[in-house]
Amino acid sequence: MTRKVLMQGNEAVVEGAIKGGMRFFAGYPITPSTEIAEMAALKLPRVGGRFIQMEDEIASMAAVLGASAVGTKTMTATSGPGFSLKQENLGYGCMTELPCVVVNVQRSGPSTGLPTSPSQGDVMQAKWGTHGDHPVIALSPSSVEETYHLTIRCFNLAEKYRTPVILLMDEIVGHLREGVSIPENEQVDIIERKLKERPDVFHLPYHVCEGEYVPRWHLTGYDVRYNITGLAHGVDGFPTNNNEIAGALVTRLVEKINHGYEDIVTFEEYMLDDADMMVVCYGGTARSVKTAVDMARAQGIKVGMFRAITVWPSPEKELKALSKKIKSVIVAEHNYGQYSLEVQRIIERPVGFVGKVDGTVITPDEVLAKIKEGR
Amino acid sequence: MASKLIDKYMREDHLPHIWCPGCGHGILMRNVAKAIDNLGINQEKVCLVSGIGCAARAAGYMDFQTMHTTHGRAIAFATGVKMARPDLEVIVIAGDGDIAAIGGNHLIHAARRNINITVIVFNNDIYGMTGGQYSPTTPTGDYGTTAPYGNLDRPFDIGLLAAAAGASYSAKGTCYHVPQTIKLIEDGIKHKGFALIDCLGVCPTYYGRKNKKGGAVEMLTRQKENMITAEQAYKLPIHERESKVILGKIAENDFPEFTEEYQKIIDRLVKQNG
Repeated sequence: MTRKVLMQGNEAVVEGAIKGGMRFFAGYPITPSTEIAEMAALKLPRVGGRFIQMEDEIASMAAVLGASAVGTKTMTATSGPGFSLKQENLGYGCMTELPCVVVNVQRSGPSTGLPTSPSQGDVMQAKWGTHGDHPVIALSPSSVEETYHLTIRCFNLAEKYRTPVILLMDEIVGHLREGVSIPENEQVDIIERKLKERPDVFHLPYHVCEGEYVPRWHLTGYDVRYNITGLAHGVDGFPTNNNEIAGALVTRLVEKINHGYEDIVTFEEYMLDDADMMVVCYGGTARSVKTAVDMARAQGIKVGMFRAITVWPSPEKELKALSKKIKSVIVAEHNYGQYSLEVQRIIERPVGFVGKVDGTVITPDEVLAKIKEGR
Repeated sequence: MASKLIDKYMREDHLPHIWCPGCGHGILMRNVAKAIDNLGINQEKVCLVSGIGCAARAAGYMDFQTMHTTHGRAIAFATGVKMARPDLEVIVIAGDGDIAAIGGNHLIHAARRNINITVIVFNNDIYGMTGGQYSPTTPTGDYGTTAPYGNLDRPFDIGLLAAAAGASYSAKGTCYHVPQTIKLIEDGIKHKGFALIDCLGVCPTYYGRKNKKGGAVEMLTRQKENMITAEQAYKLPIHERESKVILGKIAENDFPEFTEEYQKIIDRLVKQNG
C-alpha cells in the first residue's frame, strides 16, 4: 500500500525522521525551518519520543548530542544563522563520534539576510563550518519525496559512521508542497549503532575493532563507566596531549568517511550518455536545471545533468570520470560560486557558472542561456 | 574515610589532578562524592556532565558516566541526557565563568524548566584555566589579568540568580563548611526538579595572589569568619551582604518536574492511539 499525500518538504523531514528512528528532537524557532520543530513537537510524543524547545540554537545542538550519547536517535533543524550558532557543538559531535542529524534549510545570507528566500549559500559552511579538520556527510534533496527518503538515510549514515550528518535542504524544497508517495508499512532498512561484543573493551569508548574504522558503542548506565571529551583523546576517552594519539584520532575520523565513499556517495545522472556538456547541481536548483536540459535537448543541444545527492563527501570519482568524456561543464547553484570551486578542483579545469544571490529562484531560462553560451 | 571515597569514586589512574596546590576544587569534588555515597546511588546510573574550565575537569577524575563537553553548555547537554534517559541521575559540575557567563542562558532556562538535573558550581570568582581573568562572580574592584585597574562589573550571586530564574532548589555552600555543604548537595540531588548548589571555592593561585588575599589557609579562614546563614543574609541590604560568605538554602519548592510532565503527555497520547 502506498499513501499518496500532499506534503511540504519540512513535513517530509519529520515523517522520514520518525521512520528512521528519531526519538528525540531539540530545536529553536527559525524561518524557514520552523515547521520541522512544529511537526516534531506534534508527532514525537505519539510514538513515545520526546521534543524540547531549547533556549537557543547552541543548546539545541548540545541537547541532541547529550541524548545521542546515551543511545537515542536524535535530530535538530535550523536555518543559516542558527546553523552558524550550532557549529561549535557540531564539531564536538564529530570529535566524540555522536550520531545525530542536523537539518539546515538554507535561506539567503549572509547574516540575517533574506529570511524567507531560498539560497544554497551554506554549502561550504556545511563542510568547513566547525573549526579543525573533521569528517562531514551532507545530503541534499531536490524534491519532497526525496527529502523523506534522504532523512531516513541520514539517520542510517549517522549511526553507521557515528558522526553528525547534515541534511542540507534549501528553502525551495523546505517550503515546497507536492504530491508524495509514502509506502505504508514498508520495510525500510534501519541501521542501529553497532554494539561492542567484547566485554574487555566495554570501558574503552573509542576502541576500534580490527578491520573497522568506527568504534562500536556500549549502552550508558550498564556494567562500566566511561568518559567522553571533545579534547584529543585515546581509545579510553580521556584527554591526552600525546601528539601521536591526537594525530591518529583526527586521521581516523577523516578516513572513516573516506573509506565509506562508495557507500555514502549518491548522485543522479540525467541525459549524460551522449552529452558533450553537463550542468552540475544539487538540491532545489536541480529542478530548474532538469527543465533547462529538456529545453536544450529540444533544440538539439547535447547537454545533461549531474546532480550530487551526497554533496559531502563530493562525488569526486564520478565527476572526474565524466569530465574526461564531457567537454564543457557548468555549475548551477544558488550562491556566488561555492561548489563550483570544488568541481573545478576535481576536474582540474575551469567551469561555467550560473548563480544568484538576490533571493529569487534560478529559472530554467537562466540555465538555458548559460548552456547556449557554451560554457 | 577519604581514602575509601577515593577507591570507590575516583579514577586513580587519572590522578593526580591538574588543580594547583591550595585549590578548593578537591574539597568540593570530595563533597560531591560523599553526597552521592551517602545517598547510595548506583554509580552506573550517575551521569556527570561538565563544560570547560578547572572545575569541569572533575568529570574526568570521578568514576561515573562522564561527559566533558563544550564551554558553558554542560546544562544543555545534560538536558538531552535527562530527556533521553530519565532513569539516570544527571549531575553537572561547573565553574563560575562556565555556568554564569558563557552558559548563563542555559542556567536560567533549565531552572525555569525545572528539569531534574543537579548543578554543583565550583565558584572560585575567577577564570583559573586561562590564567586569572575576572569572572561574573569576581567582586567589584578586585583584580584579574583582564582587570588590571580593578573590576568594574558587579558580581552575580549565582544561587540567587538560579532561584530568581525559578529553580525549585537553590543553595549556597563553601569549601570550609564541609559537612553542611555535603548535606546541601545531598538534598539537591534528592530534590525532584532543577537544583543548584553554588559552592564558594578557593583559588589562591590566580584570585588570592592577585588580590592579596593570602594563601589557601587564609582564604579558607576568611570563609569561616565571614559566614552567615542564607536566612540571615537575604534580609540584609545588598551592599552589606556582598562581603559575606553565605551558607544554606535559598529556595526549596515542589514544582512539577519537566520529564515527568512530558511522560504524562506520552502516556496520554499512546493510550489514545491504542
